[in-house]
Amino acid sequence: MSGRSFAQKALSRASGCDAAVGDTVVAKVDLAMSHENAALVSSKFREMGAERIWDPAKVVLVFDHRMPANTVSAAEGHRKVRLFAEEEGIESFYRHGEGICHQVLPEMGHVRSGELIVGSDSHTTTYGAFGAFATGIGATEMAAVWATGELWFRVPETLRLSIEGRLPEGCMSKDVILKAIGELGADGADYCCVEYVGGAVDGMSVSSRMVMCNMAVEMGAKAGVCFPDDKTRRYLGERGSGGEELFSDEDSAQHCHSMDVSGLVPQVAAPHSVDNVLPADELSDVSVDQAVLGSCTNGRLEDLRAAASLLKGRRVSAATRLIVVPASRETALRAMEDGTMRTLMEAGAIVTNPGCGPCLGAHQGLLAAGETAVATTNRNFRGRMGSPEAEVYLASPLTVAASAVTGRITDPREVMR
Amino acid sequence: MNTDLIIPGRYLDNYDMSSLAQHAMEDIDPCFATNVKEGDVIVAGRNFGCGSSREQAPLVLKELGVAAIVAESFARIFYRNAINVGLPVVVCADASRLEDGDTVEIDLVAGSLRSSGGLVAEFPPLPSKLLEILEKGGLVNALKERLRPCRPDTGQ
Repeated sequence: MSGRSFAQKALSRASGCDAAVGDTVVAKVDLAMSHENAALVSSKFREMGAERIWDPAKVVLVFDHRMPANTVSAAEGHRKVRLFAEEEGIESFYRHGEGICHQVLPEMGHVRSGELIVGSDSHTTTYGAFGAFATGIGATEMAAVWATGELWFRVPETLRLSIEGRLPEGCMSKDVILKAIGELGADGADYCCVEYVGGAVDGMSVSSRMVMCNMAVEMGAKAGVCFPDDKTRRYLGERGSGGEELFSDEDSAQHCHSMDVSGLVPQVAAPHSVDNVLPADELSDVSVDQAVLGSCTNGRLEDLRAAASLLKGRRVSAATRLIVVPASRETALRAMEDGTMRTLMEAGAIVTNPGCGPCLGAHQGLLAAGETAVATTNRNFRGRMGSPEAEVYLASPLTVAASAVTGRITDPREVMR
Repeated sequence: MNTDLIIPGRYLDNYDMSSLAQHAMEDIDPCFATNVKEGDVIVAGRNFGCGSSREQAPLVLKELGVAAIVAESFARIFYRNAINVGLPVVVCADASRLEDGDTVEIDLVAGSLRSSGGLVAEFPPLPSKLLEILEKGGLVNALKERLRPCRPDTGQ
């Protein structure tokens, strides 16, 4: 093995040294994102005795977890961050319900190929869909980045995931990534950078690739990446962004895994771990109290449209509430313009403001003990969406829409036929 | 053991660690916060701390007096966060051989672990830079020292 991986190239670029796998390098950060936990980050920043942010233009803040505030303490956290942002001159501050950080950053042109992006949120891996090296860090580390502009990184090994074949009807990229996590396990890519390659990935939209990179962390990965192509360039170009494209050398991966998705069927992750994956039709006796369409994983226009295509002319089951949370204001507006929102609401959906919604059990749409949800979100841990006695199943937008119609977990092909 | 079990998301609007810590592990063990004692060591299996980047997960355990976590493996963000808040984390393939009530002696510099139940294990010690962070009680203290000389003299 002689070639250099994407991770090596990205961390070499950011650290200014020739980074070998396993090395610990100190790298300069190009972009640092925080959401509501900026309240904790700002406390740590002050505790360190730091006085100014190293480069306020490289810090982006987004309120998405509890926006608008649902508790007095959430409101106080928001206020603290607002005051801090003002003091420090942070201008890229999306605080009025623009949407989920991982959707807002690419939409607003902050994400660039080849750059090193850190976020105090584990799903920061999402930006790998644009060829960035993006990873989640904690609040204290973020405070260190705000103070110094740099952070230590271990150069990760690479897991190359080759995905070939054409996605069958009823399947989406969510089914592919759930299948992959089921095969590899929740720690199957621990500390690795996962490279998604192959014909199936080439055929995916940028939104679909974001789903794959978003969930890389659910198999333990440090980062996930889809290499830039014309679709990536078009998306970034339309947002006034761009960057330096980095590609892995052919023989640079330490681990390889292959999948052929031409025979794939809709997948569901059953409670209480993301790697507990089964075909949707094996769970058809599970009744559903709440169906959730949204999150940084699957709240984009493509996802809302997929659900609407299935719900058109149908009604959500009387036993089920369908909660739709658009990933961003732009997503919501476009879904209004093209009639998607109308279709969803006519079918009986509750539509909330853009944000994280019920995903992490912090804002709206919580579950009671004994209730079951099927959600397009990314984690089904015990207690994630409310009561620890509730159960969460993870699935694609099509499967969630089909399950909302029947009131039980349903393979969407059953309804689409 | 994931981050949402260590500290559920529904409590994360509370930034006061001592009251937040009362909810640690409550979804699987409502008595955890009351029963855990200063100096206790948590022993775990694979992928400890998987899930969210919430630093409150290691912070609440440290707040309750947990002295170290010994696990077969850790999820990477939790691992970094634990070091950064000054909570020692030890990767030990034989963690399952530790029993409830054992006394454990850990030498982070030498990379060795001994238990009263007879387990002797070695682990690769952390790079010196990270050991230094642990010795100083976390990244905040480590950076305090580093940032101090850069600051202008405010005295005069």
